[in-house]
Amino acid sequence: MARVLLFGPLRDVAGWRERETTAETISALRTLLSREDAALGAALSAPGVQVALNQALVRGDAALDARSEVAFLPPMSGG
Amino acid sequence: MIRLSDQPFEPGALLTEFSKDRRETGAIASFTGIARAEAGKTEVLELEAYPGFTESEIGRIADQARIRFGLDDLLIRHRIGRIEPGEAIVFVATAASHRRSAFEACDFLMDYLKSRAPFWKKEHGPDGARWIEPRSEDYADAARWD
Repeated sequence: MARVLLFGPLRDVAGWRERETTAETISALRTLLSREDAALGAALSAPGVQVALNQALVRGDAALDARSEVAFLPPMSGG
Repeated sequence: MIRLSDQPFEPGALLTEFSKDRRETGAIASFTGIARAEAGKTEVLELEAYPGFTESEIGRIADQARIRFGLDDLLIRHRIGRIEPGEAIVFVATAASHRRSAFEACDFLMDYLKSRAPFWKKEHGPDGARWIEPRSEDYADAARWD
C-alpha cells in the first residue's frame, strides 16, 4: 500500500489530501485515479505538474511498494 | 541555515544575528518579502510546503548558491501557514567577501524561491480563495540563471 499525497490546487480538485493505494506503478496509479475522478486525472496530467517518489522528483514511470510515498506537485510558488 | 516557520519573524533581528562576529565577510545582502494587502483583495495568504521535501530542495539550491557565488554563509527563513498582509513571508541573507557575490546570490535564491521551490500559495479575500501561480516574469527571472 503506497501513500499518495496531493498539494496545492490538486487537493481542492480531488477533495482529499492523502490516501493509500494498491497501485504497483505510478502510471497504474494515474489510471486508477483518473478512472475514479476524471477531473483529478486531467489535473494530474496538466502541464507543470511534477511527481516526487519518496521525496525525490521522478520523470516517467516507477514501481511502487508498501513504503512508497508518491506526491503530485502542481506549479510551485513561494516568496 | 534554512528554516520554515509557521510563526511571524522579525527580519531586522535575523539580519543582526546573521551579521554578528564576521571578521572576514566583506559584504552582506538581504531581501525581505512582505505579504501585500492588494488594496483589500488579500485578507490572508496561506502557504503550504511539503515537509522534508521543501527543506531538502531549498538546501540543494542553497548549496549551488554557495559554490556558484563563493558565499561564506547564507540564511533562508520562509513562512508557512497563514500570513497576514504586512508580515514578512520570506527573508534571505547572503554573506560573501565582496558585494557583487552577495547581491547576486540573494537575487538568485529569491528567483528560485518565487517559482521553483516547493511551496503553494493561496490568497483568501472577500471574493473567496484562489491559488496563486508564478507570473511569467517570475519564470523569466529564474531562467536568467540557467
